[in-house]
Amino acid sequence: MKSRTIKVDYLARVEGEGSLYIKIKDNIVKDVKLKIFEAPRFFEGFLRGRKYTEAPDITARICGICPVTYQMASSQAMEDACGVTVEGPIRELRRLLVCGEWLESHYLHIFMLHAPDFLGYQDAIQMAKDHPEVVQRGLQLKKLGNEICILLGGREIHPISPRVGGFYKVPVKKDLEPLRERINWAIEEAKKTVLWTGSLPFPDFEQDYEFVCMRHPDEYPFNEGWIVSNKGLVAEINKFEDNFQEEHVEHSTSLHCIRKGHGIYHVGPLARFNLCYNLLTPTARDFAAKAGLEPVCGNPFKSIIARSVECLYALQESLRIIEDYEVPDKPFVDVPPRAGVGYGVSEAPRGTCYHRYKIDDKGIILDAKIIPPTSQNQGMIESDLRNFVEENINLPDDKLQWQCEQLIRNYDPCISCSCHFLNLKVDRE
Amino acid sequence: MDNDSRLLVIGVGNPHRRDDSVGLVIAREISERAPEDVRVYENHGEVATLIELLGNADTVILVDAVRSSADAGHLFRFDAIQEEIPVDSFRCSTHAFSIPEAIGFARALGQLPRRVIVYGVEGKDFNMGEGLSPEVETAVGIITSRILSEIRDLRKCPQE
Repeated sequence: MKSRTIKVDYLARVEGEGSLYIKIKDNIVKDVKLKIFEAPRFFEGFLRGRKYTEAPDITARICGICPVTYQMASSQAMEDACGVTVEGPIRELRRLLVCGEWLESHYLHIFMLHAPDFLGYQDAIQMAKDHPEVVQRGLQLKKLGNEICILLGGREIHPISPRVGGFYKVPVKKDLEPLRERINWAIEEAKKTVLWTGSLPFPDFEQDYEFVCMRHPDEYPFNEGWIVSNKGLVAEINKFEDNFQEEHVEHSTSLHCIRKGHGIYHVGPLARFNLCYNLLTPTARDFAAKAGLEPVCGNPFKSIIARSVECLYALQESLRIIEDYEVPDKPFVDVPPRAGVGYGVSEAPRGTCYHRYKIDDKGIILDAKIIPPTSQNQGMIESDLRNFVEENINLPDDKLQWQCEQLIRNYDPCISCSCHFLNLKVDRE
Repeated sequence: MDNDSRLLVIGVGNPHRRDDSVGLVIAREISERAPEDVRVYENHGEVATLIELLGNADTVILVDAVRSSADAGHLFRFDAIQEEIPVDSFRCSTHAFSIPEAIGFARALGQLPRRVIVYGVEGKDFNMGEGLSPEVETAVGIITSRILSEIRDLRKCPQE
């Protein structure tokens, strides 16, 4: 009997702290554990007793990569509880802010975290020595995302301007003008990036996933829509918990989420691309096709192409919003408190983020539920690892370990968010 | 951003992780006490901005928290052009990329300033929260004076 262990005690190039353990006995995968040991963070607990207006600032602190996602979902959940709908330019500015965050997060992941896996570099610094123009492009594109977030949110990380009902301060039209030229430059660079991601070498690994994301009838999903899947799910966001359930697993401080009666599922850019393809701009669809990405794609390694396509979309959407923008009469809509339950869902760069709050008539939070994307993907990552290792069991340990780490990064996991860190071990007996 | 040959001081840190904010605290102190032509930035670990800042100066002084086995408040000084920066010591940083990585990017991209001095301050408490531990708080004044003294020396002899 022959036993092998692949173990990574500290997974690099992921956000947060986790490790991976794979045990192989007689060339059969016996155990796969994506262990998350970042300390539990208790956000849902300490939201109780706080005012409904504090939720966007408190929940933004769950993540330093995608704070906007938390601000959008929590604000909209409070507006839902209070029976208020935000429309017009404020709604558009929220979309623009999400574009900024997607650009920041996606380009960081594409160029700095994931591309080195494909090109055989230990990290992006090594990659920068051989491909300085690629890394330089990545940095400049990411910076544009920062600029959008700073302009709308006051700073690039943890924006301070968003609030329940809209913003504390909104830009005037001329504030947005300088972005136009920068975005026009970035659209051309984004097209090159899509083609470049399409030229990367992809392992042959097609899976039959249940993809889940939000879908809106008229626009690529950021903050609004219904929850849908490619396996029959169509539900209003207030029915999320009727359809999905979080489970505790012993090896993780992150909960695993499953679709009731169906099992594990896949959220993130590949899910959105597959389910909302027709809502991308014609240019984004065209470049996706040129890069070899068409729906339905079940190869998770190609999520890097989907991310780059979403960035091209986000840039075009930013330009549209800026061109159409008219300053609202007031930067926010009044949201007087009332007792009730409210729901909010946003599409974080790495997937669907669900919020539910119960507030009393004074707006005090009585109960909070937050399901971040990484806890939804965690079961899927373990399943991918099991299937990938079984299909590639004869690879030497170092190559297997490399591709397992690459596979985890397909999901751009944000472990800080889901804790509710990454180390890898393959155990062969 | 225009190329600027003047001296740039960058404090790096996370204001909400106790001693991880010491670089920011020292940058603020330097900002109040340094000559006007010395530019001071605070950076919360945003790597693209940090690399760009490095690419647009002649001399850069970086200040960040470190975690080695030294006493809290101990000051390390590295000449990043002449020597390797110990990556692991700076990994205490709760921000995504550390100073050695930003310097690595700048070097790989040919954007390293002529002089890069890195000051690392040994931290003790990196838990969530604001305010420095007493040991690090006590060291801030002395460290600030030491860096200001180096700034004065650098301005006296701008060209080596």
